[in-house]
Amino acid sequence: MTAGALSVARSAPEYWSEAHEATPPVARGLSLTVRNLTKSFGDNPVLKGLDLFIPAGQFVSIVGKSGCGKSTLLRLLVGLDQPTSGEFWYGAADEKHDKSAVRVMFQEPRLLPWARVLSNVEVGLGRARKEAGARERALETLKGVGLGDRRDEWPSVLSGGQRQRVALARALVSHPQVLAFDEPLGALDALTRISMQNLLEQVWREQGFTALMVTHDVAEAVMLADRVLLIEEGKITLDLRVDIPRPRRRGSAEVAALEGRILDALFKDARVGEDA
Amino acid sequence: MSAGRLQKAADGLVPWLLPLGLLFVWELASQTGLISGRVLPAPSAVVVAGWRLAATGELWVNMGVSGLRALVGLAIGGTFGFVLGLTNGLSKKFERATDTLLQMVRNIPHLALIPLVILWFGIEEAAKIFLVVLGVFFPIYINTLHGIRTVDPQLIEMGRTYGMTKFELFWRVILPGALPSIFVGLRYALGFMWLTLIVAETIAASSGIGYMAMQAREFLLVDVVVLSILIYALLGKLADSTARFLERLCLSWHPAFQSK
Repeated sequence: MTAGALSVARSAPEYWSEAHEATPPVARGLSLTVRNLTKSFGDNPVLKGLDLFIPAGQFVSIVGKSGCGKSTLLRLLVGLDQPTSGEFWYGAADEKHDKSAVRVMFQEPRLLPWARVLSNVEVGLGRARKEAGARERALETLKGVGLGDRRDEWPSVLSGGQRQRVALARALVSHPQVLAFDEPLGALDALTRISMQNLLEQVWREQGFTALMVTHDVAEAVMLADRVLLIEEGKITLDLRVDIPRPRRRGSAEVAALEGRILDALFKDARVGEDA
Repeated sequence: MSAGRLQKAADGLVPWLLPLGLLFVWELASQTGLISGRVLPAPSAVVVAGWRLAATGELWVNMGVSGLRALVGLAIGGTFGFVLGLTNGLSKKFERATDTLLQMVRNIPHLALIPLVILWFGIEEAAKIFLVVLGVFFPIYINTLHGIRTVDPQLIEMGRTYGMTKFELFWRVILPGALPSIFVGLRYALGFMWLTLIVAETIAASSGIGYMAMQAREFLLVDVVVLSILIYALLGKLADSTARFLERLCLSWHPAFQSK
C-alpha cells in the first residue's frame, strides 16, 4: 500500500510530461471488423448480433453495467471464447495474423509467482522467447514501464500497481498491433490508477496499437478513449466520439460533460433508489 | 556485529532447549533412583550402549540396512505416487478409470497387510520395501493430484493466451503451481515411511534397527531398546529437515519461505 503510493508520487510527473510531448500515434495497429456477432450461454443470449468497425490505431473504451456482455465481447475478440454465430477479423478480411498480434491484459496481473519479474515479461514473447536478444527486448520493455531495477524480484514483493505494470510490459513486449484490456485498473487504488492511466496513454501514443478497453469507470473511458461504446443487454446502444484534444485534463468541463452524457444514457430508465 | 551473531546462535538453540531439558531431568531422575534402570535406563547408559554397539559395528550395519530400506521404498512408492498423481491430475479420463480402485485400496490400512506380505515374501527385504512403498504411495499421490487440480485456472488461461505449448504450460505453470502441495505430500510420506519400517522390522526382520530392538528385548537389554527408539527419532528428524531444506530451495518464490 505505502510502497504503491510512494511509487506513484515519484513516477507520476515523468509520465505526465512524456505523455504530453508524445507525437501523434504511429499507424501500426490493425483495424477490427465485427459482423453480426452473437454469443449465447445455453439459452441465455449475451451478445445479440453486434456490428462494429474500429479503424487501425483507435483507442476504444467499452462501458456498460455488470452483465451487459462487455467482457464477453472482449473474450471473443482475443480468442478466449468462440462466438455462437457471426464473425470478426483484424485488418483486411482475408489477412492472416500471428497470435502475438493481439494481446490481452486482465484485471488481475496473472504473473507467475515462481518466475522473476523479467522472466514474467519474457512470457509475453511467446515463441520468440528463445530467439537471440529476447532477454534484452524484455528488459527494454520493463524499463519502459519504469521497473527496470526490479527485474530480479519475485512478483510477491511488488505492490499491486507494480505488478500490473509488469503485466503491461508482458503484453507490450511482443509489440502487439491490438491490445485488449479487461478492467485493467479495476483493482488499483485511486492514485495508482491515475498514474497507470497516464502510462497506458503514453504507450498507446508511442506504439500506435489499436486499444480496446473494457471498464466500468466512465471517467476513465472518457479520459483515455477516442471513442466510447455503451453496451446494454448485448447491443451497442451508444457510440460516442471523444474529440477532446490530448492531453486531457482530469475533471475539466469537457470531460465532465461527456461523462455526464454517458451516465445519463446508462441510467436513462433508472428510478430513484433503484440499484445499478 | 558479534552481539548479532550471538543473538543468532541463541535463536538457533531455542528449538533444542526442550529436548535437552527433558534429557537432563531424565538423567537426574535415573541417577537419584526415581526411575528404575529396569524400566528406563539413564541417558548416559543409553549412550554407553550406543558406543558399545558402534564399536562392534553392529549399530552401523543395522542403521544402514534400515536407511536403505526406507530410501528404496520411498523412491519406488514416491515415483509411482507422483507419476499417477500427475496423470490423474492432467487427464479426467484416466482418473475416472483408476480412482475407484485407488480409493478402495487407500482405505485398507497398509499395515493390515503384514500377515499376507509375510506369506508372500517371507521376511526378506522385499516384504519391508513393499510395505514402505504402500505407505508412501498414497500421501504423495493424493497431494500431487490435489496440487495439480488447484493450480490457478487464471494462470493457465494466461499461458494459453501467450501461446504456450502443452509442454510449456505443464513445465512453467502447472508443475511449479503444484509443487507446494507435492512437498506437503512428501513430508507426510516421510512420516509414514518410518512408521511402516518400524512396524515391519519389529514383526518380521533379521536385521535393521527394529530387529536390533526386538533382539535386545529378548535379552532384557532395555538400554538398547531405548537406543533404537532414539535412533528412529533422530532419523525421522533428519528426513524431515532434508525435506524442509528442499522445500526452501524449490519454493523460494513463495511468500511463506521468504526471509525478511
